[in-house]
Amino acid sequence: MKIYRDLTIRQKQIAWAWAFLAIPVLFYGIIRFYPTGNAILISFQDWNLLGDRTWTGLDNYEKLFADPVFWKVFRNTFVYLLLGTPVSLVISFVVAYHLDKTRFMHGFLRMLYFLPFMTSAVAMAWVWRWFYQPVPSGLFNNFLASMGIGQISFLNSTTNALPAILAPAVWAGLGFQIIIFMAGLRAIPKSYYEAARIDGVSNWTVLWEITLPLLKPTIVFIVVFSSIGFLRIFDHVYNMTTQNPGGPLNSTKPLVLMIYETAFSSFDMGYAAAQTVVLFLVLLAVSLLQLRILRDR
Amino acid sequence: MNVKRLKAFALASATSIAALAGGAANAVEIEYWQYFFDARVTAMEQLIENFQDANPDITVKMTHFPYADYRTKVAAAIPAGEGPDVVQLFYGWLNDYVEAELIQPLPADVFPASKIDAEFFPMVQAMKDGDQYWALPTAVRSLALFYNERLMDEAGVTPPTTLDELMAAAKAMTKRDGAGNITQVGMTAGMTAQDHHWWREGLVRQMGGEPYLDDYKTVNYNTEAGLKALEFYTGMFMGDEPVTAIGFMDEPQAAFKAGRAGMHIDGSFRIGALADIRGLKWGVTELPATNDGTRSNYSSYWVNAITTKAEGEKYDAAVKFMDYVTSDEAMQIWLDVVGELPAKPSVGMTEKNANDPVFGPFIRGLEYAHTTKFADESAQRQQMVEMVERMQLQGMSAADSLAAAAEAEQKILDEYHSK
Repeated sequence: MKIYRDLTIRQKQIAWAWAFLAIPVLFYGIIRFYPTGNAILISFQDWNLLGDRTWTGLDNYEKLFADPVFWKVFRNTFVYLLLGTPVSLVISFVVAYHLDKTRFMHGFLRMLYFLPFMTSAVAMAWVWRWFYQPVPSGLFNNFLASMGIGQISFLNSTTNALPAILAPAVWAGLGFQIIIFMAGLRAIPKSYYEAARIDGVSNWTVLWEITLPLLKPTIVFIVVFSSIGFLRIFDHVYNMTTQNPGGPLNSTKPLVLMIYETAFSSFDMGYAAAQTVVLFLVLLAVSLLQLRILRDR
Repeated sequence: MNVKRLKAFALASATSIAALAGGAANAVEIEYWQYFFDARVTAMEQLIENFQDANPDITVKMTHFPYADYRTKVAAAIPAGEGPDVVQLFYGWLNDYVEAELIQPLPADVFPASKIDAEFFPMVQAMKDGDQYWALPTAVRSLALFYNERLMDEAGVTPPTTLDELMAAAKAMTKRDGAGNITQVGMTAGMTAQDHHWWREGLVRQMGGEPYLDDYKTVNYNTEAGLKALEFYTGMFMGDEPVTAIGFMDEPQAAFKAGRAGMHIDGSFRIGALADIRGLKWGVTELPATNDGTRSNYSSYWVNAITTKAEGEKYDAAVKFMDYVTSDEAMQIWLDVVGELPAKPSVGMTEKNANDPVFGPFIRGLEYAHTTKFADESAQRQQMVEMVERMQLQGMSAADSLAAAAEAEQKILDEYHSK
């Protein structure tokens, strides 16, 4: 204890701070950083989960960049991102903007929007999967058939399948984004709006000049958060295409699903780890880029 | 230093406790692992009980896991000296287990290869290496044609015995709505289900081909026979008058269960699931032959093996246990409880079993069944799925799509076998 007594107050504060930080630091070290480092190591090795790991250098990466399926999957992942993020951002803002002004049954409406976010993605994906079936079992196609309109193959099509899977994923995330947007809207001081009303400016000007600029931190958060979500999309795709994961013809397969299949159905852990490292780098780059573009200068 | 001491202490206390326990019961305990499937667990419990009655000095402890975790757990446990003495694994995984030194060959004195060759159905020989067997199944599975009796009566057709009759019966049972959309299929289709096995080991061979060469290391279906098989298969849903649709009611077996499909090819493991469906009257017949009577079938199985962890008296006990679970008695229990077929003709081809209206067609199918030696079953199945999708969704010709599938599958095989 002598050592402790000899410390200055500042040093004591630091010692205590680290003592309290020890648990999260250890937790992060063991649960996050150690496996991450291990995954990077495995990406340079060949391992089938059962035998020894053997060093293969850059083989896994070479194979990855020469694999046409990887590039297809890479493209799909960005289609999910570039379609999903703006669409969900616009819809959730429009809903939040109008919901914010509605007093009638406000709490109930908000709950309705938030419910899908609380529903298990697996259950939701299966229900939508059945909605999309052809006649006689699919809801949408039965409806079309009863109107005398031709069938649409939602999931069994290389062009329609990806948007069809994206739709419920966007819908599921909407509730959360609406709540965040509403919190952001409430945080804007009323005095700005009052001043604008006294000056007699139009609603559009209020929206463009006051609401949106002041919502910037909220928008940054939602864009980063939902981008990461769409880059990691898995459960909706996997559950809506279980028999033919990511199909037809890999047209809906995102990177995470490819990683999962490589690791746990082909048991090629090294190759899967290489894909994981690429995904990690993509997520890192996208997040840094967005923070830089959208942050206040 | 400290860790070492702690380990030594732990080991000492563990052995003394084990010695105490062992002294009291004077028994050797072995562990058996399998993945969780209700009927299999029940059947194994019965087998263990019978085995322990016959061998009071041995106790068998069964552990089971969800299928998804199974491989990982086995791989982690055995090298650590934990886990099973006898383990169940899918036949397709055998190579991986042998190479990782997780299992040891069965002793030749109790399981002589010549005796097993003579007594078991021939496809079991995939487990043989030289004159030793690595593993043996209790039960095997094969394919057969399920049919909906009510729909057959309604359409006035009988269960088909040839491929031509199959198409005719399917045509008679297909129904469409006013817009021409199929609302009831004559026959289910989908490479994602069991059809990829039917196509590989059934249709290709029936058309005179041989799907693989060199012990399943070389793809050989990009031939005249392969093309005929593919054209027959896709003709069911891409012809002028389709009798089925891919993805009809989501999954083939769902359509059959719902009574919206006249016929459906599936494995013997489906029997249990269909038996409980109320209002569904179904029958089973052998896979249809070609006009000249050629038949072929696919068979797969789960095997039991002794792990490298079993040594000394545990090894002896494990050998005895293996001997029992591959006995005639065990096979009959497995058939009665799980509905999987006996691995020996002496049990399977008894008067009662071979003429059973439900099990019979599957058991008769075993006689002409082949077992594909997969390098990566789901990746290889994916090639069959995509072969059909390229034709249906991208309009590729059958010949081109077949060639592309053969090339892609060969790549998977080469990569696996070069390791």
